[in-house]
Amino acid sequence: MKFLRSREAALALIVLALAIAVGIRAPVFLGIDSLYAMLVDTSFLFMLALAQMAIILTRGIDLSVASNLALTGMVAALFAAAFPGVPMPFVLLLSIVVGAGLGLVNGGLVAYLNIPPIVVTLGTLAIYRGMIFVIAGGAWLTSDDMSPAFVAFPKTTLLGIHILVWFALLVSGAFYLFLNHSAVGRSLYAIGGNPVAARFCGINIPRHLLLVYGLAGAVSGLCGALWVSRYGIAYVDIANGFELTIIAACVIGGVSIAGGLGSVAGALLGALFLGVVVNALPVINVSPFWQMAISGAVILAAVIVNARSEKRAGKLILPEARKNAGGIA
Amino acid sequence: MSTAPRYEVLDKAAFRWSDILLRWEFILALLLLAVLAVGTWISPYFLDIWTLSDATFNFSEKAIIALPMALLILTREIDLSVAAIISLSSLAMGLCAGLGFGPVPLAFIGIAVGAMCGFFNGLLVTRLGLPSIVVTIGTMSLFRGIAQVVLGDQAVTTYPAGFSTIGQGYLLKWPPMAYSFALFLLLALAFGIFLSQTATGRKIYAIGNNPVAAQFSGIRVDRMKLMLFVLTGLMAGLAAFLLTSRIGSTRPNIALGWELEIITMVILGGVSISGGTGTIGGVVLAVFVLGFATLALSLINVPGIVISVTIGCLLIVAIALPIVLRRIL
Repeated sequence: MKFLRSREAALALIVLALAIAVGIRAPVFLGIDSLYAMLVDTSFLFMLALAQMAIILTRGIDLSVASNLALTGMVAALFAAAFPGVPMPFVLLLSIVVGAGLGLVNGGLVAYLNIPPIVVTLGTLAIYRGMIFVIAGGAWLTSDDMSPAFVAFPKTTLLGIHILVWFALLVSGAFYLFLNHSAVGRSLYAIGGNPVAARFCGINIPRHLLLVYGLAGAVSGLCGALWVSRYGIAYVDIANGFELTIIAACVIGGVSIAGGLGSVAGALLGALFLGVVVNALPVINVSPFWQMAISGAVILAAVIVNARSEKRAGKLILPEARKNAGGIA
Repeated sequence: MSTAPRYEVLDKAAFRWSDILLRWEFILALLLLAVLAVGTWISPYFLDIWTLSDATFNFSEKAIIALPMALLILTREIDLSVAAIISLSSLAMGLCAGLGFGPVPLAFIGIAVGAMCGFFNGLLVTRLGLPSIVVTIGTMSLFRGIAQVVLGDQAVTTYPAGFSTIGQGYLLKWPPMAYSFALFLLLALAFGIFLSQTATGRKIYAIGNNPVAAQFSGIRVDRMKLMLFVLTGLMAGLAAFLLTSRIGSTRPNIALGWELEIITMVILGGVSISGGTGTIGGVVLAVFVLGFATLALSLINVPGIVISVTIGCLLIVAIALPIVLRRIL
């Protein structure tokens, strides 16, 4: 019953209603193939939105995720081109490590030098993106340059389900356990909810911040290798501006930019919402040029709705206070 | 019985050299000198009045937006939608040019559309109490999205005769000074005086230092913020006019990514992202540092993307270095 009144339930209904509305206009959209393709397409957004949410929970933000993704993608592509014999899991591991390293740079600057996250990641956004040009010498890597195993990997399926969906499931499950059932994960909520109180509770804030930026970097790294192998191209501009889509997914999912508020289900539904919008437009013959304006309007609507529900009055615990408040109101 | 006073209460703090030498503006001035010295050293074409005045075309429009952005960031708000406002404002001018408007009405139309966009941002932030970073991520997609819907993959390239005068022309033959640069200097002076010498300007600092205290001191915080959003939009409209006039065309991707460059100018200028500290003088110095560093690097054929790496590093190092030094000393 409690779930039905939650923000997540409302959002799930909206996503469902949207999908059905599109389905009425164009029944093909609700076909299994179409929905499945949408799920595969949105896999990256699922993973990245969760990583971004973990950071936003601590009152931070990471604008550099898309640059990180593009840079680690290029590293993975160069590596796979240079050593075609190396098995794919190792390439993925490498890009996770590289991504985590880039994330830790952000985390170190945020946690130990107390530079505001938006400033740090604004800087690394430009730096990481530019590094792609530097390490590749400005070259484009297409699927012809990469090893066949690397290109074939994102087309593989496990138990009939696309490997990207498995990764999204795996990351979602991991984030669910981490954020809801581990002391470190709960501490992230505490830090965002009230940093001073969190510190007095004995939470080592810098170490947690370092960890969460490193974690987001690791997810970006994983997505980087998968992105490049899926689309078969690595160059300077891949996923350019995707950071804003990721943040939009979080905002739509009810993650509060003020920290301490957000759930795995919410972030996933926010990402799914954007996935439905992006995949529905061509189906109902709306020009893709509308996509940007629509997602802007959706972000604004979501933030207005969420702000309303966040403005609940503080809980009054003492019976006397409750009585007084009742008398006034 | 007369006794010598035990201590004297000074009207103001005693003069200390370190107050001047450790001022952010002083460090920036040194950085500017260093940039000029390095520029002269690496390229024989750098220290030439024509080269330098030519370079001002590349940063004047951004710098004009950096001025109101600094005021906005001083009050703990931010506007990420400025570049999108440029696209919408440029679109409005393009459409009206097609209806046969002359250059002067077009300029007013561009500025008015910018101001309206700013008003929209300001309303959402102040009336609904939403975080400006989320609102302007939303309007950033919305404004540019509208431009994209209207223009599609087309561009407006027909503007009336004389429309290009302000964007391309020079106010002074010697020393050569472009209209846009002269306008920037004039506006910088006005903003500097407004911020440091008028009561309204001082209220901006008060809001940034403590919005609640400012509210209780009788400052109309929300109205001031709304005005600053309108001002930022208005200046973005002005920049849109200058830019459209200079390049003579309107595309949906006009000024793409400028918001990050503008915010970099403001932050490097010493305006704290958490509000309350910073000066217009610092922002102006940062504009010159970034503008001339870009010029110097492009004169020795450094690709634009590598320049952005350098700028990103400059931003992080400039912010981190004083913090590190303070810790060591």
